[in-house]
Amino acid sequence: MTLRAHVVVRRGTLLVDVDLAVAPGEVLAVLGPNGAGKSTVLRVLAGLLVPDGGRVTIGDDLWDSPEQHVPAHERPLGMVFQDHLLFPHLSTTDNVAFGLRTRGVAKAQARRTADEWLQRVGLEGFGDRRPTQLSGGQAQRAALARALVGEPRLLLLDEPLSALDARTRLTVRAELRRHLAAFAGCTVLVSHDPVDAMALADRVVVVEDGRVVQEGTPAEVARTPRTDYVARLVGLSLLPGTATGTVVELDGGGRVATGEDATGPVFVAVRPGTVSLYLARPDGSPRNVWPATLVAATPHGSTVRCDLDGEVPLTADVTATAFAELGLLPGAPVWASVKASEVAVYPR
Amino acid sequence: MPLPLLVPALLGTAFLVLPLLGLLVRAPWSNLWPQLTQPAVGQALRLSLLSATLATLVSLVLGVPIAWVLARSTIRGRSVLRALVTVPLVLPPVVGGVALFLVLGRQGILGRWLYETFDYTIPFTTTAVVIAETFVAMPFLVISVEGALRAADARFEDAAATLGADRWTTFRRVTLPLVAPGVAAGAVLCWARALGEFGATITFAGNFPGTTQTMPLAVYLALQSNPEGAIVLSLVLLFVSLATLLLLRDRWLGRSAVPS
Amino acid sequence: MRLRALPALAVAGLLALTACGGGSSDTASTSSAASSSGGGELTGTLTVFAAASLTDVFTELGDQLMAENPDLQVTFNFAGSSALATQITQGAPADVFASANREQMTVVTDASLDGSDPTVFTENVLEIAVPPGNPGGITGLADFGDADRTIAICAPDVPCGAAAEQVFTAAGITAQPDTLEEDVRAALTKVELGEVDAALVYASDVQGAGDGVEGIEFPEAEDAVNEYPICTLTGSQNPAAAQAFVDLVESDAGQQALTDAGFRSPSS
Repeated sequence: MTLRAHVVVRRGTLLVDVDLAVAPGEVLAVLGPNGAGKSTVLRVLAGLLVPDGGRVTIGDDLWDSPEQHVPAHERPLGMVFQDHLLFPHLSTTDNVAFGLRTRGVAKAQARRTADEWLQRVGLEGFGDRRPTQLSGGQAQRAALARALVGEPRLLLLDEPLSALDARTRLTVRAELRRHLAAFAGCTVLVSHDPVDAMALADRVVVVEDGRVVQEGTPAEVARTPRTDYVARLVGLSLLPGTATGTVVELDGGGRVATGEDATGPVFVAVRPGTVSLYLARPDGSPRNVWPATLVAATPHGSTVRCDLDGEVPLTADVTATAFAELGLLPGAPVWASVKASEVAVYPR
Repeated sequence: MPLPLLVPALLGTAFLVLPLLGLLVRAPWSNLWPQLTQPAVGQALRLSLLSATLATLVSLVLGVPIAWVLARSTIRGRSVLRALVTVPLVLPPVVGGVALFLVLGRQGILGRWLYETFDYTIPFTTTAVVIAETFVAMPFLVISVEGALRAADARFEDAAATLGADRWTTFRRVTLPLVAPGVAAGAVLCWARALGEFGATITFAGNFPGTTQTMPLAVYLALQSNPEGAIVLSLVLLFVSLATLLLLRDRWLGRSAVPS
Repeated sequence: MRLRALPALAVAGLLALTACGGGSSDTASTSSAASSSGGGELTGTLTVFAAASLTDVFTELGDQLMAENPDLQVTFNFAGSSALATQITQGAPADVFASANREQMTVVTDASLDGSDPTVFTENVLEIAVPPGNPGGITGLADFGDADRTIAICAPDVPCGAAAEQVFTAAGITAQPDTLEEDVRAALTKVELGEVDAALVYASDVQGAGDGVEGIEFPEAEDAVNEYPICTLTGSQNPAAAQAFVDLVESDAGQQALTDAGFRSPSS
């Protein structure tokens, strides 16, 4: 019952061309910036959009090919939308029962099953309410129940948590994780939030400009980003270069000393927390010390995130206290330093 | 309330309401009852209500699908279709009546066939009244419903599709309930327009008491010989339509209101 | 002085115009003499309220009067006589009123708005109008009592309907109409479209419809002769021109124009 999809869609100037495979019980997160084409991929998988090319199969069933298109309502799938899209004119129970009714289940039976599912997602007793009478988190739980009640082979989640406030998001994310673990079918989750992807997915596919730029487990992607977008998402500074031993000549000029040996084209990843800032060139002889200019500084909890420009562009997190003591203003010259052992290096 | 809104609003209200007050002031209150109880009045009123209601039903059955095609389908020439179905809005109703003759009249394209095959003619029958009223009033419904469909979030229809609903089921169980207030508003507008219809009706259906003489026709003809009677008839039409609209409005508001 | 002279001048001018059409050279010279001596003396605006059936004839006569008097502007308000009478009693600015019946003229005289005594200037009688070729095989008024035929007559509330009732009563026929039309024009339209087998309209309407309809005269029409009275109005801003127009209508030329349009000269 593995989902295999090669999706080709031309949308204006953007050509989406993405390959995916999801095993039963697996959760695949499609991560990418807005406009990268990830929602387009999801709409094709749902059958809401006829692709311009490619092929979608699940198990032995062909859903999309140049010759064939199975419309959405004939695909055994469930979908959860960003802003739940519960039908406002139906009660919560009837919303959840909707998919059973369209597939021929008798009304009483459908409502009974729907109520069981409401209980499973923690909405017991809310069945008679209208969607407008539910909170955002309750509505999204109901939407999940509505998508899962028909025991679909494919579950599609389109930014399921992004409309929720931070606190609700945390609890709903945890519940979603539990329900996904119990779900036997394939799941594809689309998100632009790395935390959702990392917390919920077994595997992550990063899509940029309609192409897959990176694929792997959440941990792999977080540790070794391969594009600036992913690096920013996971909070790393990414520097491409060429390694010889423990020295990397960066493509943009400058050099970085690393703790590990490497050869050939590599990425260097620097965590902002490991970067130290000084007003004058630090004493002693640290191997990695570069002059830079402070471009922007944004408070970030108890730290201040400092974007640096120079031969080696970096991001540095310094404590608010340290930042105040340095007395830095945007445009100020600084020195940045990183220990070689804190620098990650991996092949390009 | 800001003055630049309040003043024109008051002026506009006065402009719309004063002519009605004029009717009330000039009404022959002393012999209202004898005027009202003329059998012709009840006959014309019944015919008006019946034909306007039938015209609204026909408009719903035919007009809502037109609105759906205009708002949801991707067929080519939709803007041409929209322009065509709204033509009756700008067409002088009398011309509409003549046009109906040319299609459905005894000598018309379809009417001739009906006449020669079944010996059936549409003009000068109550059916003709309903057809004339539908012709003039349906565009109001189509435009209202299309507006409601465009304003409604089409993603609900996507959601329904992912839940196994084909387009017809989606239309019945999701789209239609979502735009119900718009359909209701369109139906009311359509009904009101049909109730007041004059030009196309008197042209295509003629004027005969009991069969085709609706209230507006009765009012117009009474104006020729008995202006007082015409005022009474106008007031009856006014009162019945206002009462109906207010009644329906309350019911719909009561149903669509969401307790918070 | 001038008041009395003007009608003669206007008539002379009109005669000249009609004569010009005939190509007679000596009357044409009379015309130019009349024009040079008296043409153009009427000025300002003349507003004529006239029954809708007079539209073609009066427009023609108005054009003639304007041709004679380049500084005069003649405008018309053609509508149903009752509507016109109502407008006049409500203070509409009119100089001349030509009604299609005596009743609506009475409305105006009762309000003492008549500037000159109303005089009957023409008559109109009912005629049966049938589509070209007479598909319904109508032969006379008796066919209006046949329920199987599709018949249009005017509503009793409007003048042509009242006249029709008179005719049917006199003939002892119970009419079986399918529709009671709001005015004679609407009845005629239905004949022209071939949607009714026959309608009862005025002879002038049959004439005006040209080849679109055929007319059938019938003797009972004499029971409902429609008389058209005309008068100037007290509210007139241009009494001279008003009187000139009335005189033009009653002149031989005016009468000829009316006869050509299917009306007939007053019998008395």
